[in-house]
Amino acid sequence: MSGVAAPGERPPLVEIVGMTKYFGSLRALDGVALRLAPGTFHAVLGENGAGKSTLVKCIMGYHRPDAGRLLLDDRECSIENPRQAHRLGFGMVYQHFTLVPSMTAVENLVLAMPDLPAVIRWDEARARIDAFQRTMPFRVPLDRPVATLAAGEKQKLEIAKQLFLGRRVLILDEPTSVLTPDEADQILGALRELTREQRLTVVLITHKFREVQAFASEVTVLRGGRHAGGGDVRDLARGDLVRMMIGSAAIPAPAARATPGPAARSAPGPALKLRDVAALNDSGVLAIRHLSLAVQPGEIVGIAGVSGNGQRELVEVLAGQRERQSGVVTVGGVPYAPRRADMRRHRVFVLTEEPLDNACVRGMSVADNLAFRNFDEPPNARGGFLVSRRAIREQAGDLIARYRIQAAGPDAPLETLSGGNVQRTVLARELSADVAVLVAQNPCVGLDVAAAAEIRGRIIAARNRGAAVLLISEDLDELLELADRMLVMFEGEIVYETPREGADIHTVGRYMTSRT
Amino acid sequence: MTGGDLGWWGVLVAVLGGAIRLSTPYLFVSLGETLTEQSGRVNLGLEGTLVLGAMSGYAVAYVTGSPWLGVLVAGGAGALLGLVHGLVCSLPRVNDVAVGIALFIFGTGLAFYLGKAFIQPVAPRLPHLALGAWSRYPQIRVALEINALFLAGGVLAPLLLWALRNTRWGLIVRTVGDNADAARALGYSVARVRTLATLAGGFLAGIGGSFLSLYYPGTWNEGLSSGQGLMAIALVIFARWNPVHCFWVSLLFGGATALGPALQSVGMTANYYLFNAAPYVLTLLLLVLSSSPRHTLAGAPRELSISR
Repeated sequence: MSGVAAPGERPPLVEIVGMTKYFGSLRALDGVALRLAPGTFHAVLGENGAGKSTLVKCIMGYHRPDAGRLLLDDRECSIENPRQAHRLGFGMVYQHFTLVPSMTAVENLVLAMPDLPAVIRWDEARARIDAFQRTMPFRVPLDRPVATLAAGEKQKLEIAKQLFLGRRVLILDEPTSVLTPDEADQILGALRELTREQRLTVVLITHKFREVQAFASEVTVLRGGRHAGGGDVRDLARGDLVRMMIGSAAIPAPAARATPGPAARSAPGPALKLRDVAALNDSGVLAIRHLSLAVQPGEIVGIAGVSGNGQRELVEVLAGQRERQSGVVTVGGVPYAPRRADMRRHRVFVLTEEPLDNACVRGMSVADNLAFRNFDEPPNARGGFLVSRRAIREQAGDLIARYRIQAAGPDAPLETLSGGNVQRTVLARELSADVAVLVAQNPCVGLDVAAAAEIRGRIIAARNRGAAVLLISEDLDELLELADRMLVMFEGEIVYETPREGADIHTVGRYMTSRT
Repeated sequence: MTGGDLGWWGVLVAVLGGAIRLSTPYLFVSLGETLTEQSGRVNLGLEGTLVLGAMSGYAVAYVTGSPWLGVLVAGGAGALLGLVHGLVCSLPRVNDVAVGIALFIFGTGLAFYLGKAFIQPVAPRLPHLALGAWSRYPQIRVALEINALFLAGGVLAPLLLWALRNTRWGLIVRTVGDNADAARALGYSVARVRTLATLAGGFLAGIGGSFLSLYYPGTWNEGLSSGQGLMAIALVIFARWNPVHCFWVSLLFGGATALGPALQSVGMTANYYLFNAAPYVLTLLLLVLSSSPRHTLAGAPRELSISR
């Protein structure tokens, strides 16, 4: 069949020399070289903005490089567009799925075929796919709509799709960010097997050192658009990789974890308590059921889980963005309704995920966004009615300095800030007051190592001051670093609990995908 | 019971016959809108398309003497409006709802302007099958006059469903409507697919319009449509974007529209205008019943502005 290479066909030798790309005056990529021998498992490591995505987009034909050459089996090629890259055998798996959710796996695979006929013969297509699936190291359910598959199955299907289409050099952009450690290991293990059989060359873009060291054979580290080091993975220790990745930038030392603060010792009971809480998701299905938990003052309770198991709905219930079907929430022993008055009285603060969309107004200024919690209180408002622009600007100036928010000024629209600075802005707003309860979801997603360390430090500091922190995160390393106690959420319920000491990453990972 | 008087049965027969007769414009507009919405775009301008189709179809049928040429031209006029909608919406930061409302007003305005000369003349009507010829009751004979466009729509609905599931362009349209990023990654132009789907949708809505002027009521005047194009868009939501469901829901709306005249025919003239409002009440009722603040609509194409 056309477009699908024979099983025995070996991937080409790929050499990239002097790849350079400018965006305006910004040099996103500066003379980067990469050599991919057939059957290599090559990791590309780097912070956000280091040029990883730019590099692979130049290879895939999404960007035209300003300089540089690409050689396939010693023949020079120029890739003008993604279709041409596909014809040469390059395929890409993105962090976000490019499957059509309402269609089945079979429909998705058929859709991707380059020789899609005008009228589709489903029986024939099905036979081809079955035959193909027998040559694969993993299986994917073929007849269910993709929307009902687990994240790991979707990612397998993405990879299967690339192989089905005969792609021989596979570029994966942070493919494991939505997977449990075991799912990630399974998928990366299968890919490594395919590279060992010389059926595939893999380029893995990642920021997870564990995956580099466990699966890759070679590594290239990028920093600020330049080649910062690399080589055979066996010759490089983790410390070497960290140094190459962040250079001389100073990482704030992890905040010291004080023994629970004075508030905690004198507190009569949990600061935040949920009993039998249930809520529906956007499709009207129960997303949280019988959820009970308690957070003491001066304690960080971490909730691990694969995204889509009710975490978003839980945060929305606590933030007042979603009605709960049943159950009781108390703060300091008093029933809590997540309205403005209650949040203020009980000093409850929330860091939602993707704050630019969920907790901010993009077009409003940094100063206005910083004043969301208190614009209607003195000194920002007189008589609860007239807002004082000057007081709001003064407050903003102070918070911008204390939280080192990089913005053109307090009047800059929030959407002009980088992701890290939006995160700092929301953090400044939610942590500047005296916090009794803090709910935070994925607070460090998309931030570089230094910014993430700073934000984690501020969360620990809030805990040390006696705040009860509920931290919902998909990043197990983050939870292991921050949480005093860890819970695992699966299908809307808490299925496992462990103190931080003695938490085992594989046990936690297992509960992330099953009840037992 | 004497011949020609069916009593209260007459109401039922008239409603059923009306369902068949009056459902055709709903059916064509809703099939067109289903196709457009499956590609991830909403065209609210179909009321304007319907009226322009009615006017242009009538004018061409009158001038040429061929009703079928009128139907074709009505579809062409609708396709043209659909093309405008599709192209304008392909520009960056253009909202499809706003463009739809503009084209709704433009289409009706243009039809009223161009149609002034055709209010008096009489154009040839579209043919029908007299399936009720066996009956001695005139009501049944009228009710079973099945018009050709209804039959065409009845074939088109399952055909469209089959095509959306089993053909290349059907899969492409659904991909664009469900995950535009996936469509781009596959190398399809999202704007082009949506523009073509809007064009095809406009063509069908224009044909629906020609039914109004060339079969029932069978004349051209400015009060011809009374919002049927808009109700058909609401109907698509209730039909869950499924062409075959569109067919049944169109019958329901046709029956509701026939309720007022049917009651009048048996002498129930009290509250005549209230019964005439039945389709509007039905629209409101169905929309309230099929939506909820708690969850998104099942089956809605995910790229649609109403599902985001």
